[in-house]
Amino acid sequence: MRNHQLMAAGLHLGYADREIVSDLNLTIPSGKLTVIVGANACGKSTLLRGLARLLSPSKGAVYLDGKPIHQMPTREVATLLGVLPQSPVAPDAITVADLVGRGRYPHQGWFRRWTPEDDAAVAEALGATDMADLAARPVDELSGGQRQRVWIAMALAQETDLLLLDEPTTFLDINHQVEVLDLLTDLVKSRGRTVVVVLHDLNLACRYADHIVAMKSGKIIAEGKPVDVMTEKVVHDVFNMSSRIVLDPISNTPMIVPIGRHHVEAIQTVTG
Amino acid sequence: MTLVQATTIAAARRARQNHATRVTLGLLAALLVAAIAAMLLGDFPVPPETVLQSLFSPLTGISNKGVDFIVLQVRLPRLILALLSGAAFGLCGIIFQTLLRNPLASPDIIGIAHGASAAAVFCIIVLGWGGLSVSLGAFAGAILTAVAIYLLAWRNGVTAYRVVLIGIGAAAMLSAIISYLFTRARLNEVQQAMAWLVGSLNAAQPADSIVLAITMVVILPMLFVLVRGLDGLELGDDTAHALGTHVERTRLGLMLVAVALAAFATAAVGPVGFVAFVSGPIARRLMGGAGRGFPQAALVGALVMLVSDLVAQHALPGTQLPTGVVTGAFGATFLLWLLVVSGRSGRVN
Repeated sequence: MRNHQLMAAGLHLGYADREIVSDLNLTIPSGKLTVIVGANACGKSTLLRGLARLLSPSKGAVYLDGKPIHQMPTREVATLLGVLPQSPVAPDAITVADLVGRGRYPHQGWFRRWTPEDDAAVAEALGATDMADLAARPVDELSGGQRQRVWIAMALAQETDLLLLDEPTTFLDINHQVEVLDLLTDLVKSRGRTVVVVLHDLNLACRYADHIVAMKSGKIIAEGKPVDVMTEKVVHDVFNMSSRIVLDPISNTPMIVPIGRHHVEAIQTVTG
Repeated sequence: MTLVQATTIAAARRARQNHATRVTLGLLAALLVAAIAAMLLGDFPVPPETVLQSLFSPLTGISNKGVDFIVLQVRLPRLILALLSGAAFGLCGIIFQTLLRNPLASPDIIGIAHGASAAAVFCIIVLGWGGLSVSLGAFAGAILTAVAIYLLAWRNGVTAYRVVLIGIGAAAMLSAIISYLFTRARLNEVQQAMAWLVGSLNAAQPADSIVLAITMVVILPMLFVLVRGLDGLELGDDTAHALGTHVERTRLGLMLVAVALAAFATAAVGPVGFVAFVSGPIARRLMGGAGRGFPQAALVGALVMLVSDLVAQHALPGTQLPTGVVTGAFGATFLLWLLVVSGRSGRVN
């Protein structure tokens, strides 16, 4: 699969008269896993929606392979860039295979001929997300973690080089969070896809990200490899919180340990 | 491994298609039985072979004026109008219910039927109109109400939630207007208006069927093209957009199609209650996840209309009920059942 280039230049995004993201420049590294982090309401989901052309910029532009994405035919974009929004809706009584098959929409014509390629793409997406056994089950009967995997499978069936996910691990247990991030890593490592994901959990973000983007008030505060970027100062700037950074004993990536009001004295005794 | 799975996926898809085909054929068979009953039953008994002879009389030239009148001028137009208007109500109901993701969102609940009714009552009571001009007024009323609801709900695009709430508000307001008009009317006007409001096939004219048939011929190909957009739209606006669907264009197109179906059908037979409301959920239940059930909802609508009309004509000897009384009784029961079921499982399927 050829790598496609996604970048934002001078990007301004907002809703009605409220500007959320202002004058932002970002180049998504191809074939890497990029994680966007930041406090609530910092504009990380807004940025993702802007990158995914779900939100039109008020100024500036997002470029896909050098072309302004909002001026490209939306169907053409959908064959290059897949998006999993924050709260997708599953129609009543739809089966797993049927929902995953919806990802084939941009590849099918008006008279929706199903081809063996469509079946193969659905089968592969179900295999990659370990959902093959549940293919015939109604989506309403699945657990939260399984349901999230179905949505990821749908985005995979779209067979796009770029995949953007908005907080795919929210509402999941820790084991399912790790499972989802492992799956996204597989996509990057073994299939060479470019993945951008918004995450809440800083430690998981540092462990899984090839490239981390830390945002505050609609601006990028720092970006780069987590080990280079995630300093106590950056964490303080982004989350307005004191922390200590240690190395994750499993992955040797930065691990952020929050200090909090009640432990400030303890820290002073240890260091002082 | 992938190869085996792909065939499994294909097999599951074919199984769904086969189920859909079985449901469709079952509904067609039921419609055929009901249609035969509609042609045979009546105060004036006509034996089956005479009905057949009469049906083919334009080809064969063998005719019996009295029987031909009953069969070709009374029963056949009524049957065709029941089928067409039922199918139109069924389709417009399921389009709204799917689009707005709400089983309550059928045109007889979100105000469109009320718009047609208020306009018709206005035409009858204030303008003193009758017949075809009332139908035209009802048509205009339905379209105007739909446009008003859409504009009021618009806020950088329309959300299902706003359409349903504003629609219910519009329905309440239009009902108040109808009640007000009644207080100013003379008794014979009230009777005429009430007959229209209940909705009936008693006055079925071939012209009604022809208008409705032309509507269907124009609208069905548009629906066929637009319905594909629902693959994305059903998953929420963002997902739809992500899959390359033209969200607002598709939604507006589908709403126009549904409103046109509702307006033409209501103009032809009056706001026959609950047919639009029940057809979608019944079709969905029959399909059991094997598809979106649009064609099946049209068939269910036609069947509900036809069977209700048969009951209305023949259930009480010597009395002809308006069709809307029967669909209303059936629909209200169905609504209660739907509420009980959804209360138990927390959601409506």
